[in-house]
Amino acid sequence: MKQVSALIVGIIFGLGLSLSHMVDPDKVINFLDLFGHWDASLAFVMGGAILVTFPGYRWVLGRKKPLFDQRFHLPTDNRLDMALMTGAALFGLGWGLSGYCPGPAVAALTINPHEAFVFIPAMIAGGLAARWLRGSPTSKAATSQ
Amino acid sequence: MTEFTPYSALAGGALIGLAAVLMMAFNGRISGVSGMFHNAVSTSDGRGWRLMFLLGLVLGGWLYVAMFPGDLATREGFPISLLVVGGFVVGFGTQLGSGCTSGHGVCGISRLSARSIAATAMFMLTGFISAFALRHLLGVGA
Repeated sequence: MKQVSALIVGIIFGLGLSLSHMVDPDKVINFLDLFGHWDASLAFVMGGAILVTFPGYRWVLGRKKPLFDQRFHLPTDNRLDMALMTGAALFGLGWGLSGYCPGPAVAALTINPHEAFVFIPAMIAGGLAARWLRGSPTSKAATSQ
Repeated sequence: MTEFTPYSALAGGALIGLAAVLMMAFNGRISGVSGMFHNAVSTSDGRGWRLMFLLGLVLGGWLYVAMFPGDLATREGFPISLLVVGGFVVGFGTQLGSGCTSGHGVCGISRLSARSIAATAMFMLTGFISAFALRHLLGVGA
């Protein structure tokens, strides 16, 4: 059931990324470039998502456990450390340079395949490099958002 | 230039939020795409449902294009080198920083996580800087 539910949730997520045009890298860059023809739309994507997720999480997390698992898997790390801030800074640089963050990059496999088939292998390599640099290959899995 | 589209942006965002809430309700998991992605690559534990989620993302994009052909523009002529560098840095940064736009920006902020709020402020800031550099210093796109 966990796999079926993940597939359905992924489809809804992919439809949302498409409807909102988050999968359009030009639109993303037009949002991030404040000094060009600024397109504020993507602020509404994040706003719309949080408007649903914020109350939705309160409702769901008030229950004892999820439907198909024994417990909720929530990040417990609360340190504002160098890894978090350096990682976020680098992620933003790559996002603004390419117009892709991970979700739209995956959804782009059918929408902009000629770009996704370059971007995704590079993203895998970058993730593996960060894992290798940090040493422990599995210890971050539990806290990863 | 792209048009300002607040309604489809809000509606699409709401769908992303619905997906995040359902993921928590069904599987008890944060809907962070970078986390799913990196863990599907590197960790065999839980690889199955993570791959199914990622497959769903691909199917969702495909389904949308089938329903609304021509609505999404494809990008042509963008430098391959920037896709390689961008992809590597996005992969490296999201692994090191434990999240991306979905995990930190949507799910983490909705949990009022201080880490996610700080990370989101940081990647928005550096995103503004690199998009400015891309458009106005490197002169790509516009």
